[in-house]
Amino acid sequence: MRIGVLALQGDSREHLLLLKQLGVEGLAVKTEGDLAAVDALIIPGGESTTISKLLVNFDLMPQVRTFAKSKPVLGTCAGLILISDEVIGALPDQELITGLPVKTERNAYGGQLNSFEGSVVFADGTSENVAFIRAPKILEAGNCEVLATHNQEPVAVKFRNLMGASFHPELTGATHLHKLFISLVEEHQS
Amino acid sequence: MTNNTTESTPLVKSGLAEMLKGGVIMDVVNAEQAIIAQDAGAVAVMALERVPADIRAQGGVARMSDPDLLDGIRAAVSIPVMAKVRIGHFVEAQILQSLKVDYIDESEVLSPADYINHIDKWKFDIPFVCGATNLGEALRRITEGAAMIRSKGEAGTGDVSEATKHIRTIFGEIRALSSRSDDELFVAAKELQAPYALVKQVAREGKLPVVLFVAGGVATPADAAMMMQMGADGVFVGSGVFKSGNPVARAAAIVKATTFYNDADVVANASRGLGEAMVGINVNDLPAPHRLSERGW
Repeated sequence: MRIGVLALQGDSREHLLLLKQLGVEGLAVKTEGDLAAVDALIIPGGESTTISKLLVNFDLMPQVRTFAKSKPVLGTCAGLILISDEVIGALPDQELITGLPVKTERNAYGGQLNSFEGSVVFADGTSENVAFIRAPKILEAGNCEVLATHNQEPVAVKFRNLMGASFHPELTGATHLHKLFISLVEEHQS
Repeated sequence: MTNNTTESTPLVKSGLAEMLKGGVIMDVVNAEQAIIAQDAGAVAVMALERVPADIRAQGGVARMSDPDLLDGIRAAVSIPVMAKVRIGHFVEAQILQSLKVDYIDESEVLSPADYINHIDKWKFDIPFVCGATNLGEALRRITEGAAMIRSKGEAGTGDVSEATKHIRTIFGEIRALSSRSDDELFVAAKELQAPYALVKQVAREGKLPVVLFVAGGVATPADAAMMMQMGADGVFVGSGVFKSGNPVARAAAIVKATTFYNDADVVANASRGLGEAMVGINVNDLPAPHRLSERGW
């Protein structure tokens, strides 16, 4: 199994370190060739506006959209925004990958001044400390399975081959979300 | 804010800067330039009244920008907006926090307000970026609460040599620190004029505890890629974009070279057809009192 981390901009390095810690091979993905060499893709935190512009400017958006139609993709923070079907607060002409049937609000917890550390609780009872940074909020989770909540609100969801989370597990060393994603990739391979 | 949370922790502030990694932060003086920067794929903009090259050319005291200008730029883009305050000017910083800009740059590009003290950045919820020319200076700024460091370079020159010197110095000093034995770190802290605990952390981890960008003199895609290959987390481009012949093309090219910094073919192609680069000034031709990088202590 080889999991790619989109590395156009953002904290791809922390996700790669986390994969290594969990014993999974990771690859920084910057090109179509890189994308063809991985079984799954993590879209990391960063600036969603920027990552979206770069996907378009570097001619990678169509390939990533195709990838997300069938292969496992995990989007965290900016990555969640990019895979959401509906985004509030994005630029009017912002290009999205889409596929995850949620309504997400960009910077919904407020701007820079309202970033925070907090605990999230997963469905199996696991609780972890994570960072919410200019975080998006999942306003409507639709038909998604809720994987984790923060103050009873959904913060991580799954729909078929796609997983999205509004928080950053990679900054606090939380591993549970990545373990769930690795299980999803294993299911897809079997 | 909801229950069960802690705001503005050091992790959150430095985490904000982590999200800028691999990106280009561009100086802009109006909303139109900010939109050009955003469309090119800049990760943030630095809102200013005058770019460093003009501050240098026009002289006089350079201060925090007009709040109306900052509001105009904030309204025009969705990427984060940074703004500069004078070194030590904590009231300018209070104003920027009140205006809800996303980051404050306590910058040597403006005229210092205090020739002894920097701002106590722990008193603010908003993250600060500060310049440094060497490891000791970087660690002193982090001790004061900086959540992001940028090497200073020599702003407004288009001459990348000082940026090279500063990033090489910082990484060289970190490598030297990592090779020291534990009982030598006490004197290393004395030499660096930085707290022992922080010096020990850097020695153990082999890196700064915050994101390190490069600034000051980056004017071409090749300059940006060189800084990334030397280990920078990202680059600031000041006068280099909007003092050039074709800002739209140059902005996009510098962004591309920053992402694909290890791919010479991509950087070569990004370097084509950009028109005139900013004219620039050789740092060696600048009389010492006009070197901005010597401000800050």
